Amino acid sequence: MKSAVIVFPGSNCDRDMAVALEKVTGVKPTMVWHQDHDFDAVDFIALPGGFSYGDYLRCGAMSARSNVMTEVVKRAAGGVPTLGICNGFQVLTETGLLPGALMRNAGLHFVCKDVKLSVENADTLFTADYMEGEEILVPVAHHDGNYFADDDTLDELEDEGRVAFRYLMDVNGSQRGIAGITNARGNILGMMPHPERMIEPALGGSHGRKLFTSIMNRLG
Amino acid sequence: MKARIHVTLKNGVLDPQGKAIEHALGNLGFGGVDAARQGKYIELDLVETDRDAAHASVDEMCRKLLANTVIENYSIELE
Repeated sequence: MKSAVIVFPGSNCDRDMAVALEKVTGVKPTMVWHQDHDFDAVDFIALPGGFSYGDYLRCGAMSARSNVMTEVVKRAAGGVPTLGICNGFQVLTETGLLPGALMRNAGLHFVCKDVKLSVENADTLFTADYMEGEEILVPVAHHDGNYFADDDTLDELEDEGRVAFRYLMDVNGSQRGIAGITNARGNILGMMPHPERMIEPALGGSHGRKLFTSIMNRLG
Repeated sequence: MKARIHVTLKNGVLDPQGKAIEHALGNLGFGGVDAARQGKYIELDLVETDRDAAHASVDEMCRKLLANTVIENYSIELE
């Protein structure tokens, strides 16, 4: 499985993502700089966490309009499996590939801690190795993770099984406790928590690992 | 020509920063503030001299970058 990690100025989980992908798939991902217009054909694209462009204007707003994102949007919309974590999720909503927006945490504080999630849909490309309803412990580290969408969009996400992960505690005020969602086609996942930081016991836990094994098992 | 753009959160979108401002004003003894909403103000110096063309262009800038229309409204003044 060939993968690419997109690197923006201010990304800070790009290397964690690369380590997780290499440990699980055995193949080093290509690191792609935000100013590039094109990159090698890959089976999987990851948008990492961080504070790209210093969160100027809105989190993810600048990155979503960077050179490389024109190509990422084209490929993701064409079906290439794409994962956005934390800032990557914000970038995906800013491009319109995923609905809704990530707003300032309801409590206004930066939240940095391990949180419990439930796997709401285990029948996705990204969650197939989990059990439906499985509880997992994964860290969050964000100031703007408060998921917002209008009621119709939220109902649609729920009805179509597109809520992949839900917080089992109040973390940031997200509507309906949403921690991660997929697009209608199911090839794009955005989530605020960081599974790439929980891939082996030395990191404090390995509950995030199955997200990467799910992708690998599907893509080979 | 100068464009002045206000970007504000749509009605119904929770604004925790506005809430905090409202509480802080109350703590300072300012009564009579029913609600506070925080937004952004952006000023652009434009080369364009035709008002309609400038408005159309700034409107497109707002839709493509300056505002996220999922959660925000914007208004444009030209001078």
